[in-house]
Amino acid sequence: MIYADNAATTKMSDAAIEIMIKHMKENYGNPSSLYEFGQQAKEILEAARRDVAGIINAKPEEIYFTSGGSEADNQAILSAAELGKKQGKKHIISSAFEHHAVLHTLEKLKKQGFDITLLDVHEDGLVRPEEVAAAIREDTCLVTIMYANNEIGTIQPIKEIGAICREKKVIFHTDAVQAIGHVPVNVQEENIDMLSSSGHKFHGPKGTGFLYVKKGIALANLIEGGSQERGKRAGTENVPGIAAMAEALKEICDNMVENTAHIQAVRDKIISGLAEIPHSVLNGDAVKRLPSNINFCFEGIEGESLLLLLDDKGIQASSGSACTSGSLDPSHVLLAIGRVHDVAHGSLRLSLGEDITETDANYIIKSVKEVVEHLRSFSPVWRDLTTGKAKHLI
Amino acid sequence: MALYSEKVMDHFRNPRNLGVLEDANAIGEVGNAKCGDIMKMYLKIEDDVVKDVKFETFGCGSAIASSSMATEMIKGKPLSEVEKLTNQAVTEALDGLPTHKIHCSVLAEQAIKSALEDYRKKI
Ligand SMILES: Cc1ncc(COP(=O)(O)O)c(C=O)c1O
Repeated sequence: MIYADNAATTKMSDAAIEIMIKHMKENYGNPSSLYEFGQQAKEILEAARRDVAGIINAKPEEIYFTSGGSEADNQAILSAAELGKKQGKKHIISSAFEHHAVLHTLEKLKKQGFDITLLDVHEDGLVRPEEVAAAIREDTCLVTIMYANNEIGTIQPIKEIGAICREKKVIFHTDAVQAIGHVPVNVQEENIDMLSSSGHKFHGPKGTGFLYVKKGIALANLIEGGSQERGKRAGTENVPGIAAMAEALKEICDNMVENTAHIQAVRDKIISGLAEIPHSVLNGDAVKRLPSNINFCFEGIEGESLLLLLDDKGIQASSGSACTSGSLDPSHVLLAIGRVHDVAHGSLRLSLGEDITETDANYIIKSVKEVVEHLRSFSPVWRDLTTGKAKHLI
Repeated sequence: MALYSEKVMDHFRNPRNLGVLEDANAIGEVGNAKCGDIMKMYLKIEDDVVKDVKFETFGCGSAIASSSMATEMIKGKPLSEVEKLTNQAVTEALDGLPTHKIHCSVLAEQAIKSALEDYRKKI
């Protein structure tokens, strides 16, 4: 089996599993308890906080552990909106291809009277800093732009956008769920005020994550209760999960340079191979993209049937077709970069893991070519394209 | 549990009656590429009987399986029976479809109806 859906979730690292089991067995105390056994758990939690903070160049007290990326996105955006509302600022800038954890939170705010500007991401899948600058108004309280897109992997000019926000004194949040552990992130150098991350995208456990919030920005609670996480996120802490997440993050960041060189080389090999398929197109900028991300559209076929046949060949991947999104429309990300519906339905995302090999790459290229050819052989859409009844779009 | 029944997967992996029927006298095409499903049915009707049938489909696994199953269900059958084929019958023959995929069986029914209309226009 070749698991090529690491943007959906990753396999937990052995080291993280070991740490998790160890703490479940040996350190099950409640960090809020005053006796030594509880304080031990507290120290494990704080060590994880220091590790995570160090990796993104934040201070430990700027890290809030959450249940994952979605919660962090919700809390960051709703907090900035709350602060904005108090000053009569109810305008938020984001992009058209954010994750639904961001977009749906913004829709909720829109119903509460906020004005939302979603910036164009252009055909290359990149937000333009100058368009952020131009969109900022007197009443803008938040700019939220994802670090790297989860479908097409494009890496945004975060530092430049951050600098603009600093200058205009607007809070800047980035959903870095796909970036943390995979590309270097430095919240100070990149002018980031708030950042969301999720453990299960870098070989940590599901249901773990963190929100970085620059000192001085007041968070609003999503969950009320005890005084955990400096009173901003109630609930007894998931100590084993958090420690395992920190362990996984340390491990992946320690190996980032080698990982990147390897995965990127395999990625580029697969991209060149798949580009040989006639009437195919790589989605997203070829250079400013995650080392692990490959996303293509193939004309004349539909993504779900492509995935099922690849699964039969032992390859797990994903698609932005309507049938896989569970709605009638294909992925909002592919539509945002200007792919028309007909083309967007035929998309394939491969997100590689560190253990991918050259042999896997050859097998993936061969398999995708076979499956696309097979599906095209009985596609009425492909027939119309090849007989000239319809015009090729890509 | 798998997304689809064994029957659906069987028809998806090994579609029956795949291709184009050069001497078809009834052709039906439904759906559109915008929505992600197009089915095209080629029927050869003689003496009010579907002598032969083939199909081409652009769509998801259940769309391909529904068209394949539908062609099996009408092949060799008199028009009086073919007219009555419902999407429920196709779904049942496939041992069920996920709720959000029922429209695929509807498309199969419509593709056949559309072919029959085409036939009647010609005679
Ligand atoms: C960009 C992005 N944001 C947010 C999330 C949500 O993260 P989680 O699954 O940890 O809630 C994901 C994962 O699907 C993602 O890719």
